[in-house]
Parts: sequence; structure tokens; C-alpha cells
Amino acid sequence: MRRIISVLVENEPGALSRIVGLFAQRNYNIESLTVAPTEDKTLSRLTVVTDGKPETIEQITKQLNKLIDVVKLVDLTEGTHVERELMLIKVKAGGAMRAEVKRCADIFRGQIVDVTHNVYTIQLAGTGEKLDAFIGAIGEAAILEVARSGVTGIARGEKVLSL
Amino acid sequence: MVVRALADEGVEYIYGYPGGALLHVYDAIFRQDKITHVLVRHEQAAAHMADGYARASGKPGVALVTSGPGATNTITGIATAYMDSIPMVVLSGQVPSDFIGTDMFQETDMVGISRPIVKHSFLVKRAEDIPEVLRKAFYIAQTGRPGPVVVDLPKDITDINKKFPYEYPNKVKIRSYNPPVKGHSGQIRKAVDLLLKARRPIIYAGGGVIMGQGSEALTELAHLSGAPVTNTLMGLGSFPGTDKQFVGMLGMHGSYTANLAMHHSDLVLAIGARFDDRVTNSTSKFCPTAKIVHVDIDPASIAKTVPVDIPIVGPVDSVLKEMITSVKQAGDIQDQTAMESWWKQINEWRSGRGGGLFPYDPGDGVIIKPQQVIQTLYEVTKNDDAYITTDVGQHQMFTAQYYPFDKPNRWISSGGLGTMGFGFPAAMGVKMNYPDATVACVTGEGSIQMNIQELSTCKQYDLGVKLINVNNRALGMVRQWQDMQYDSRYSHSYMESLPDFKKLVESYGHVGMSVTELKDLRPAMEEAFALKDRLVFLDVSVDSSEHVYPMQIKDGAMRDMWLSKTERT
Ligand SMILES: Cc1ncc(C[n+]2csc(CCOP(=O)(O)OP(=O)(O)O)c2C)c(N)n1
Ligand SMILES: [Mg+2]
Repeated sequence: MRRIISVLVENEPGALSRIVGLFAQRNYNIESLTVAPTEDKTLSRLTVVTDGKPETIEQITKQLNKLIDVVKLVDLTEGTHVERELMLIKVKAGGAMRAEVKRCADIFRGQIVDVTHNVYTIQLAGTGEKLDAFIGAIGEAAILEVARSGVTGIARGEKVLSL
Repeated sequence: MVVRALADEGVEYIYGYPGGALLHVYDAIFRQDKITHVLVRHEQAAAHMADGYARASGKPGVALVTSGPGATNTITGIATAYMDSIPMVVLSGQVPSDFIGTDMFQETDMVGISRPIVKHSFLVKRAEDIPEVLRKAFYIAQTGRPGPVVVDLPKDITDINKKFPYEYPNKVKIRSYNPPVKGHSGQIRKAVDLLLKARRPIIYAGGGVIMGQGSEALTELAHLSGAPVTNTLMGLGSFPGTDKQFVGMLGMHGSYTANLAMHHSDLVLAIGARFDDRVTNSTSKFCPTAKIVHVDIDPASIAKTVPVDIPIVGPVDSVLKEMITSVKQAGDIQDQTAMESWWKQINEWRSGRGGGLFPYDPGDGVIIKPQQVIQTLYEVTKNDDAYITTDVGQHQMFTAQYYPFDKPNRWISSGGLGTMGFGFPAAMGVKMNYPDATVACVTGEGSIQMNIQELSTCKQYDLGVKLINVNNRALGMVRQWQDMQYDSRYSHSYMESLPDFKKLVESYGHVGMSVTELKDLRPAMEEAFALKDRLVFLDVSVDSSEHVYPMQIKDGAMRDMWLSKTERT
């Protein structure tokens, strides 16, 4: 099962390597991983997307909790949540294709953030599936470069992950 | 500052080896007398000494090593402690802060290399942080599920010319680290109810009972409930080995009685144990009719390999005490007839096949069987409250089987990692701290050569440990597997060109003895232990064809065992 786990960790050097190391050492999957500081400068928030049997997921959360640098974590997939990923994508946009690409970006509510004669750079946010769909719609032949942020997420409603 | 902080932590001994990155610290050691530094001959031994002391005392041992090769030499020792959840603090020197990352002479990323085998680690960034970091290191090492902690000390921050206000914190608070202090009372009541209503209960107790200081409570609970008790290799001594409720160690080389009782039980009360593969055999066939209660301080241990019916996360001692209270309140709900027929069954298993927990063929009365070495060792030392360490191999399993331990912390052996070379330095760590105690290391001619250089350390510090070398001229345990699974093709499992151990130890200034016949064994052993203050190395030639039995059959259930070279269950 695919799981999104959000983790608050001490903003210490080495904390990230302990987490990544744990996944490697115990043979857990990482589909994507994002990390950035939070509003509290002493904490970072890390979101990891993983996949595994329920027992494995249980071990992942327990083993993560065991790391001294991990302050708190939540498995977002246990409740309703919002999941987003950001993509910057460079697309061939010369001649006849130019209007077509623009239309496609509009349909997906993407924004063109940089323009040259032949290239559009489009910014698009959404679930991983939506980004995949956009890539499909544009077609591989037109794509020059893709940069995706990996998934981040937050629980819906009043539940918060904080100290 | 480092040395002062260690003294404030109450550390008496540190085991170490100097080098460039540590010269400031060693100078500080020279100029004080609160802490005694013990100079080993190889840094691995420093880690094992600290570990041995920790296993005997429950308190963290401390090793001090220089950067680079000094630090990497401790890795086996750290991993050994990690696998067995032993509290330990390893202080490693590091190149000066400004040079980290430049591949400077003797630089290794110690925090990185040790990451998967530590409970936590620190790279100290500023000299003024030293007291707090050390306080935290000791706190983390010995609370919750204990484990080794590495503190990496760049040379510049230990510079004695830099002066800082020093204050050793008496309390630490780590917001992200809150080990459980108490088990869930509702779960505890449910567990007690199951235990008392069970018709075929068994208590399966591991090393967590020893580290969690729960032996007394375990013994009381076992006596109150009347259930049989089995121990893991790590748990030996947590329940008296001579108690009639004790059915021996369980698992791969566990007793016939213990393994059968586990398999046929209807309730397994697991305490401070982790259902590891050397215990369970195939997890899918594990205890098919039993409900499982698991008490452990580490939530990640619960349901890791085997599903659990009642998990209880908490310190073993406090949970056991609560269970005792609850048993006393429960009144008379136990089915006495069921318990009687359970014990009848257990005693039949126990008395079958020649009787005793671990029957074996005593041979012709001349050639010495390894089992007889351990039984003789027990006879000679049983009234001494001895500490027994082992190395790894057949001799280790024989010791676990034939030496009953009545008290916790007396049995000291590398269980999880199975580190050859552990036993001797571990014994030294114990002897250093308990100079009046009888301390013996049961070893093999293979294992002892992995840290034999420490004979020199023992000379320097007058460490009168006894070394009992169960000499089968083979890597016996490897050979046993080759006998059983590879048609006796002894690929590299024998020890050619062994030294004359007697002469070897004499050259270090110790006493060497050797025996080859059974009639000489007991007198030699008595003589060795009578030489109280001397290191005595007793080299015992034993039957090299002996195997350790029972031995569980791979992919089987707990009850599936070889009982001898020809019989199986
Ligand atoms: C450092 C290390 N290397 C290899 C092994 C694998 N191993 C396990 S038991 C054993 C044989 C040990 O021989 P010895 O010390 O003579 O003990 P015996 O089995 O003969 O009693 C070996 C090689 C190990 N446990 N540790
Ligand atoms: Mg041997």
C-alpha cells in the first residue's frame, strides 16, 4: 500500500541521513522524499512516500519514531488529507505547437513561468497523478526536461502535526 | 573538559588507546586522578571491555579511541553492543573541525560509519557543548532500550588552552526522546487474566529482563503463576537456572523440553525478548496454538516478526510488578488440574532420553567431552557467584546449556552479533570493576586468537581472569554445519598450526595449564581457580567430533529438532 508519512525532525545536521539511512538499512522503499524547515526554525518537516505491506508500514513508523531526532510523525494516509507535488517542466513550444501547449497548460491550470522563442517552462501543482496526466497529454516527444519536487501533504480539517 | 565531565558522570574506568586526535584528552587524563584509564592493545578490545562491564553492572561502559583507524577498530564492538542493547559510550577523536571533509590524515566519518549500529551519535561542534552532549549521551545510552552512543570529538574542541565556563547539567530533557515509564494497565490486566486462565502457559524471558532489572519480579511472577520458564540466550540468569520451574534455554540449541513446551503451549508470555530467528525457527509454524503476550520497552520489537495478541509497551520491571499485584488480586481462577497435567507432560519431556535438560553421550571416560568441561567449571565455581563470559561457537552453546545461572548479569555472551573475540576482553572489563570476583571466559582456540593480544593488558593491570579454552582444534560450530549440511566437507573450518597456548601465555607472564584426559580435568580446574590473583589459561583438549544438540531443523517449527547425529523429533 502507498503511504504518505509526515515527520517532524530536529533541524540538526545528520538528522536527514539517519532517516534516509534507516530506509536503506532496513530495506524499506522510498518513492519520494521532501524536506524543508518549518515555521519553527528548530524543526524540519519531512514527507516520505513509501510502499509496503501493513506490517512493514507499522515497522517504518515505529523505527522512525525510535530515532532520537524524530520528534513526531503522522501517517497522512490514515485520514483524509491534501497531497500536492510541484513540477517545473520545459516543453518545446515552437510554431504550431505553441498554442497547443498553452491550451493544455490552461486546462491543467498550469502557469507558464518562463518563455523563449521555442520553449515554454510551465509550473504545475497537484497530485502525482495529475502531473503524470499532464506529462501524458504533452507527449514525450515535446518534453525537454522535468523537475518534480516529490509529494508533500497535510491532513484535512483541524488535525495538526505540531509539538 | 571531557575528562571532567566523565568524572562528573561517575565514570571510574575508561578503556582506550591514544592517538593524534586525542592528545589533548590524554594530556588531561595524565593530569588528574579521578578516572582510571586502561590501555588496551587493540581498540576492539576497549569496546568489548566497556561492554562486558556494562553487562555485569547495568551501567554504561566507556571507550576512548583516536580518529581514523582507532575509531574503525571499535566498529565490531559497537555493533556487538547494539545487537544486544548494551549501554555504552564510545568517545572517538576526530580531525580538527576546519579540516573535516578534506580527507585529512586519519580522518574517517565516524558518525557516518557507525550510524546503523548506534542508538544515537553526536559530533561535538563547540567546546562549551561538551558537558551537555556527554550528559545526553549517557542518558540516551542507559534509558529506554539501552544501546551504544558515539561521541565524535574534533581535536580543536578538546584543546585545553581554550577555557570555558564549565557546568555539568544534572538533568537532561530531550523533547524528541521520551522512553515509556509505565505499561498500559488495561492491557496488563488482560494479560494476567490470560496467564491465569491458560491451561498450558509458558514464560519466555529475554535479555530485556536483565537490562530492565526485572529478574526479581519475574521470579516472583513465575512462582505465583506456576508457569514453566524458558530463557533466551541473552536472558540466562534472569530466572534461576536451578529452579525446578526452569526448562532451559529455548531456540536453535534450546532444550527439548523448552522447545516442545513452547510449541504446545496455549499462552506465551514473552518478556524483554524479541522473537528472533534463532528462537522462533520458521515464524509461520511458531507456537500454533498459543496466544501471545509481549512485554517490551521498545514498541518496534513488538509484532516485528510474529503477530502478538496482547502488546504491552513499558519497562519490564514496572510491568511485571503490576502483573504481580494483579495476579494476587485475581483470586483463585487458575485451573489446577490443567496445570498439573501440563507439568506432568513437561516432566515427561524432561525425564525422557536419559534425563536432564541436555542429555549427551559421556564417551569412554578418557577423552574429554566439551560438555564435561562446562559441567566441571560449574562444579568448581558454583559457590563463587562467578561471572562467566564466552566467545562464539560450540563452546558458547555448551556453556549456555550446562552452566545454570542463578543470578542476572553473571552470564556475558555476544548473542545478537555472535562476535568471536568478545569473551576475553569482556571478562577483563568485568574483572577490572569487580577485582574480587571470580571471572572466567569460556573460549575456543579459534575465538581466543581474535583478541589474544590482550594477555598483555592483563599483565599490565594484573587482571586475574581465568581462560578456559575448549580446544577442539576446529572452528567447531562451522564444522558442525558442514557435517550436517555439506557432507562433512571441512572447507576452512579447522585450525592448523595452533600455538602452544601454555607457552604463549607464559611468555606474557601468566600461568598456562593444559589437560588432555578426563581424570585430570577437575584437579586442573580446581588448581586454576585456586590461583586467585593470577591469569590462568587452561587449555583443554576435547573430542573434536562433538556436536551441539538439540539443533532445530531449518524451516521447521520449534519442536522440529535433531537430538543427536541420528535421532530427530
Ligand atoms: C568474528 C567472527 N567471524 C566468524 C564467525 C563465524 N563463526 C561462528 S562460530 C565459529 C567457529 C568458532 O570456533 P572456536 O572459537 O574454536 O569455537 P568452537 O565452535 O570450536 O567451540 C565461526 C568461525 C563469527 N561468529 N565471528
Ligand atoms: Mg574450536
